[in-house]
Amino acid sequence: MMKSKIFNWVDERFNISPLIDFMKHKEVPVHKHSIWYYMGGVTLFLFIVQVFTGILLLLYYQPGVDSAYESVRFIMTKVNFGWLIRQVHGWAANLMVFFIFLHMFSVFFTKAFRKPRELTWITGMLLMFVAMGAGFSGYLLPWNELAFFATKVGTDITGAVPVIGDMMKVLLRGGDDVTGATLSRFYAFHVALIPAIMTLLIGLHLMFVQRQGMHEPDHFKNDPKRKVISFFPNFVLRDALLWLIVLNILLYLAVFFPWELGLKADPFLPAPEGIKPEWYFMFMFQTLKYIPAHVWFIEGEVLGVLGFGLIALLWVLVPFWEIRKKPGARFRPMNIIGTIGVIYIVVLTILGYME
Amino acid sequence: MGISRKKFIDYVLGGSLIGWLGSTLYPILSYLKPPKIAEANVNSVKAGLMTDFAVNSSAILKFGRMPVILIRKEDGEFRAFEATCTHLDCIVQYKADQKQIFCACHNGLYDLHGQNVSGPPPKPLIEFDVNIVRDEIVVSKPKQV
Ligand code: FES
Repeated sequence: MMKSKIFNWVDERFNISPLIDFMKHKEVPVHKHSIWYYMGGVTLFLFIVQVFTGILLLLYYQPGVDSAYESVRFIMTKVNFGWLIRQVHGWAANLMVFFIFLHMFSVFFTKAFRKPRELTWITGMLLMFVAMGAGFSGYLLPWNELAFFATKVGTDITGAVPVIGDMMKVLLRGGDDVTGATLSRFYAFHVALIPAIMTLLIGLHLMFVQRQGMHEPDHFKNDPKRKVISFFPNFVLRDALLWLIVLNILLYLAVFFPWELGLKADPFLPAPEGIKPEWYFMFMFQTLKYIPAHVWFIEGEVLGVLGFGLIALLWVLVPFWEIRKKPGARFRPMNIIGTIGVIYIVVLTILGYME
Repeated sequence: MGISRKKFIDYVLGGSLIGWLGSTLYPILSYLKPPKIAEANVNSVKAGLMTDFAVNSSAILKFGRMPVILIRKEDGEFRAFEATCTHLDCIVQYKADQKQIFCACHNGLYDLHGQNVSGPPPKPLIEFDVNIVRDEIVVSKPKQV
């Protein structure tokens, strides 16, 4: 009684019946590639974890050259469960980027970026870039040695972009060098600007997905034995179960493989050995190492940055230049391009860690 | 009458829209660009007494906001260089065993003249002047910079 009363009250004002109807009829196809339907959901879950743990960390974190490192140490040693919150935040960030990669490549290989999903793909790509920016800006916040030098190196690389590079570097660093001004900036990016942009993009991305429904592979669409499950409650329940599993993995990693805080950054100490970017930048970083200092008349760094810029742009625009396979041919050009990409990333990442 | 009234209004509105965008974005972009802080113009720094420095050792001095590495070579001679690696900005260190200047970020090596000998650094380190004034070490900016 009560329930329907409340429902009617709300429905009269906001007309939610059509929404409920939509939910009821939403279906998720079941086939041998169905597993990939869950990757986006896991990414979303990890984003929620980030917002949640991020807000908790904000309660104790104090940006600033004299307080950032100390406040993080305070969180890790004095605050009840502070270590747990920080480790979960660090691990969820890494897992989120990892699942974004999985999600992206699964969409790429199943050709789910095709019409009408071009803009869904593009918002997804933008989300990936912004998420990497979140990782990069968050890395500096504990103001430890590794983060300090990684930020120096990372921002210096943006300086290699022709024409606007120097301006971008100064804009990022808040000056010519990595200082407290950089920390303030990265803090603002990390806790305000980037989450706001991400929330907006996620909203759009999800709205697109809802309007378009799930992508179905070609062979499946015309299959007479086509199977589906209902989105609500069947798919949602499976999603929830998976989220629970991911949460457990997250806690396990946080407890048994903690991220070290290391030493406080000191601009007047030599760089320590083993400066490494976060793993998802490693393949690009490693590539830069292999390009000689000067190629023909351009500087190696400039060439690398331009090269990656071009590849990123082509990747974003994939739905608009896709090479279709000839009817009946075994040769699938896009799968080969994608496979080369994956192998490249994996091999260079491994090489980067072996050095 | 060259243009219709409607076209004219379109131009006026479009023009003011661009003007409005410009006048909004310009202050924001300018705000993002950090103001130049007058760099306390340090031209020389006293590093201490000669007797404080063992041979074949090094120290990093604060030269304003710039780190400078002071090295006492095996033969007792002093040399100083800007300590920022010419590759990607890391801070270099003196390797006493190899008698070379080393950057740990990507294994850049410089000799004791600041010349880049191996690894990624593209340019030599800028050398600073070292003078001994009554046993006291004074490091100063090179004249031409
Ligand atoms: S920053 Fe010194 S070798 Fe790269």
